[in-house]
Amino acid sequence: MTAATTSATARATIPLTAADFKSDYKPIWCPGCGDFSVVSSFTRAFASLGLRPENTAVISGIGCSSRIPAYLTSYGFHGVHGRSLAAAAGLKLARPDLTVVVASGDGDGYSIGGNHFMHACRRNVDMTYVVMDNHVYGMTKGQPSPTTEPDWDSKLSPGGTGLRTFHPLVIALAAGANFVARGFSGDPKGTGELIAEAIKTPGFSFVEILSPCVTFRPEQREWRKAVREAPINTDDPARAARLIMTDDGFNIGILYRGHREPYYRKTDKAAKQPADLEKGFAI
Amino acid sequence: MKAKKATAASARKSAAAGIASIEELMAYAYALELEAAERYAEFADAMELHNNREVSGLFRKLARIEQRHAEQVLDEMGWTSPPETPHGGYKWEGFEAPETGDVTELHYLMQPYHALQIALHNEKRAHVFYGNLVKQASNAKVRKAAMEMEQEEAEHVRLIEEWIKRTPKPDADWSIDPDPPALAD
Ligand SMILES: Cc1ncc(C[n+]2csc(CCOP(=O)(O)OP(=O)(O)O)c2C)c(N)n1
Ligand code: SF4
Repeated sequence: MTAATTSATARATIPLTAADFKSDYKPIWCPGCGDFSVVSSFTRAFASLGLRPENTAVISGIGCSSRIPAYLTSYGFHGVHGRSLAAAAGLKLARPDLTVVVASGDGDGYSIGGNHFMHACRRNVDMTYVVMDNHVYGMTKGQPSPTTEPDWDSKLSPGGTGLRTFHPLVIALAAGANFVARGFSGDPKGTGELIAEAIKTPGFSFVEILSPCVTFRPEQREWRKAVREAPINTDDPARAARLIMTDDGFNIGILYRGHREPYYRKTDKAAKQPADLEKGFAI
Repeated sequence: MKAKKATAASARKSAAAGIASIEELMAYAYALELEAAERYAEFADAMELHNNREVSGLFRKLARIEQRHAEQVLDEMGWTSPPETPHGGYKWEGFEAPETGDVTELHYLMQPYHALQIALHNEKRAHVFYGNLVKQASNAKVRKAAMEMEQEEAEHVRLIEEWIKRTPKPDADWSIDPDPPALAD
């Protein structure tokens, strides 16, 4: 072993702190945005699990929340609106050694990316999906999202949309996610612990974080007073679903952790190679 | 989704009752000051990015003050490096340490008066934290030290109140932006 490799090995074993996972870029979010605290939840989770930036990838779509990879020291990919899960699944299957975490918003994840969301839960690839839910499209100036209340009156939705809200946690459960949790950005430590548990749990883990958009939904500052510890943490999806369907959306904590086997890429040596497959199509 | 009940983190078990030694108390004091300093520094960065230099400068100043308080804790204890974080982390009554500013209280057009109101609120919470410790500590030495710290925090509250008196009160329309971030009608 050369001196250079020795020191590289030594460096790789020094535990990193949360601060080591912050990048040098300062967030350009509105002062007051809940997403600031989510950065620290990510960094705390990564440090607590002893992850290394070179073995960690944070993939995102488009939106204020999706800017998060830039503020972290790890591999990052700021992708296409609504398509973060597809990119992340591809990465995880090609590089199963990486810890893959996906960051999204309620617009990115439940509107344009809604179909990817369901099928990612169903496929159960071993990765963690973190959605910063502020019940609005922040980046594009305040349009209602699938989690916006039907009576939210704004310049862009006079009188409210009148549409029933989407229940992402129940959808995740029904579609087969192996871990379902809800956090609150004002509790960066607790949310960091949720993200760490999500990463540790094999399969597709879903963490929804209530993260206020103070610019378009200033009333969300009141969320701090409403959140409370969830009364259950179960491996029974029916019990978890009952709670989530009937609660007011402010129960935080791990709600469900299952035992499903994650989806892995088959590395069967006997599998046909592309050249063999081509032969089958030869006329 | 509307916020209905106000149960929140205040229902969490108080950290104060469990502090059994001066070392532990001072480790909590150090963490409290350091977390406050780090948060004010983040606030200063956020305001600087939005070109609100006056408030950014004020938060930077508050960060320096809290950093100094943290260093004083180290000096008093003769510690040459920060104390070890207890297993499972510090247990505060709320989600974060009592002197740490709430991220969502910022506004890009806020004025020094608002920043000082945040600081006042934080100092008052720290005062209550030590006050609870005085009431709950079973160890006499911890109680005595907590009493001193409660007095110190009362002094900080007084200093911020004085500062606020010297600071112009914002006009009622301070948050009105002639070029607002929302789409105009
Ligand atoms: C294909 C495509 N359609 C639409 C947009 C415009 N767009 C950008 S971000 C966004 C919504 C973001 O909302 P959300 O995911 O809730 O994130 P937030 O900004 O609230 O964090 C939309 C519709 C786009 N960038 N690309
Ligand atoms: S618009 Fe809303 S979500 Fe976007 S940075 Fe501002 S506060 Fe955050």
